[in-house]
Amino acid sequence: MKNNWPLWEVFVRSKNGLEHRHFGSLHAADAEMALENARDVYTRRSEGVSIWVVESKHITASNPSENGEMFEPAQDKVYRHPTFYNLPDEVKHM
Amino acid sequence: MSDAEVKNLEALFEARIARDEKIEPKDWMPEKYRKTHIRQISQHAHSEIVGMLPEGNWITRAPSLRRKAALLAKVQDEAGHGLYLYAACETLGISREELYEQLHSGKAKYSSIFNYPTLTWADMGAIGWLVDGAAIINQVPLCNTSFGPYARAMVRVCKEESFHQRQGYEIMLTLCNGTEEQKAMAQDALNRWWWPSLMMFGPTDAESTHTEQSMKWKLKRKTNDELRQQFVDQTAPQADILGITIPDPELKFNEDTGHYDFGPIDWDEFWQVVKGHGPCNKERLEARVNAWEGGAWVRDAAMAYAEKQEHKKVAKAS
Amino acid sequence: MKQDTLYQYILGIADNSLILGQRLGELCGHGPTLETDIAITNISLDLIGQTRSYYQYAAGLSDEGITEDDIAFLRKEREYRNVLLVEQPNTHFGYVMVRQFFFDVFHLLFLKELQQSADETLVAIANKAVKEVGYHQRFSSDWIKRLGDGTEESHQKVQEAVNDLWRYTDELFYMTEADKAMFNNDIGVDLSHLKDTYYETITTVLSDATLAVPDNTYFQKGGKDGIHTEHMGYLLSDLQYMQRTYPNMNW
Repeated sequence: MKNNWPLWEVFVRSKNGLEHRHFGSLHAADAEMALENARDVYTRRSEGVSIWVVESKHITASNPSENGEMFEPAQDKVYRHPTFYNLPDEVKHM
Repeated sequence: MSDAEVKNLEALFEARIARDEKIEPKDWMPEKYRKTHIRQISQHAHSEIVGMLPEGNWITRAPSLRRKAALLAKVQDEAGHGLYLYAACETLGISREELYEQLHSGKAKYSSIFNYPTLTWADMGAIGWLVDGAAIINQVPLCNTSFGPYARAMVRVCKEESFHQRQGYEIMLTLCNGTEEQKAMAQDALNRWWWPSLMMFGPTDAESTHTEQSMKWKLKRKTNDELRQQFVDQTAPQADILGITIPDPELKFNEDTGHYDFGPIDWDEFWQVVKGHGPCNKERLEARVNAWEGGAWVRDAAMAYAEKQEHKKVAKAS
Repeated sequence: MKQDTLYQYILGIADNSLILGQRLGELCGHGPTLETDIAITNISLDLIGQTRSYYQYAAGLSDEGITEDDIAFLRKEREYRNVLLVEQPNTHFGYVMVRQFFFDVFHLLFLKELQQSADETLVAIANKAVKEVGYHQRFSSDWIKRLGDGTEESHQKVQEAVNDLWRYTDELFYMTEADKAMFNNDIGVDLSHLKDTYYETITTVLSDATLAVPDNTYFQKGGKDGIHTEHMGYLLSDLQYMQRTYPNMNW
């Protein structure tokens, strides 16, 4: 067991018009095999029309311990949302 | 980190779970939470892939092409479920190979039910009906468990598994509507699989060591005994529809409690199988070890090939 | 039976799928990784599905009121028409992949021709199967390359399988009386016509995989006329076990 198959992340588009969504992971020796394995593992009940695979190590993730500075500053920017603005009820379709 | 800081983090962590928040892999978590989850998720994954063996035993002998296809698809699903669960476990910082190592060395456990032999075609029916039935009762609450990757894997597993139990019950139904010989085959399978199925819910609450902590982390929503009762309540009427008899003279509907009463479980047998002395423990582990070791040259070849291709690509680019 | 030749012809096609599907079914749970287990089971399921379509069609042609399962399970060994290649055992993963690859290349060429058949039902089955088999060939040829150009050990193992199974490739192009008659009726495929393309494809992939193409010209045949290898009896004992032990029952 010197050199195990690396882990890949699988993203599947369930039908045209929708985005690719993370479906899960699997092991494969190379990209081609990762695609084939993804097809056999994650779309055997017709779950998809398109597959992306990316080796897990290539994903850069944010660190939850920094969630405060990363995400909380966005919470009080209420003026980004339509409900922030007061308009009379007579104004329709806005 | 000081002890006080850890205590504080732990308190915040427990509060998050109590608020029904999900825990994701990179979140801070108590070491015990990580370890418990690795143990439970991998045990679950091992059960799926060891569980392929008793049913795989009948793929080549399935009595019709329709049954053969359904059984193949079911055993394949179990491989898929094992895969999803290993992947969920890997997010906790342990590799699939390490988990296999624990299984192969006997350090990790898997569901004892798979240490019983499959002797007739009716066993395919009984396993689908009873074993998958019990598994579903155990698994549905896990779709809501606190650890995100485990919960997501379980949602997928439960969705796919819904055909497994129906597949098994249909086999039983066909046998019970068939000849006397077929009906006897169905009864015999029920006789052999009933008690081991009840044991799938684990020791009684009084004996169970993990229950309280597991409840808090939503690895469990109900106790072993509650789940077992639920299983008996839902299965007894299904046996009546089949017209076969559950092998328990004490089984009887209790008007006062609204539940079925049932006889005592042979816990000596349970512990014997858990400790590795069931009818097929040795064969099951051997099959897994052989598959893994026998496949090493294949896995190595694929890696070597991938590396060569990578070098070629780099050489071309430069 | 009015259409006995067509019936025999269909069995000649379908038995290959049945027997190979059966062989692959033995592997479920015993593969080198979970991913390969799942992939190989998918191939097995495709083949069993094709088998059922062919047998259902054949059963409809018979005036004896038989079913797909009667055809699948209740014949004598001599009545199975599959090529010898597909009944060869799963000696190791190299054999599994070489057997698959040798068969897939033929199977795909064959189905593409069958799509032109004058028989609508066969065309419909071929149209569906051709996509499945296109994927099978992609899968098996990728693996031939990985094993051939992988490690020294894998190279040697897969070369051994290539050398051993090579002698069963020529039979793929042997035409039985039913094959010839159906070809003359515009229903069947001219197998001899596929041979050159077959060996070209095989040679290309084997070369890419750094494997040697065997130069032996001694081939084995017989399966298509019902004369099988010693492996077949054991395969059938498993396959037919239930139907033989408990005759005339529904499952």
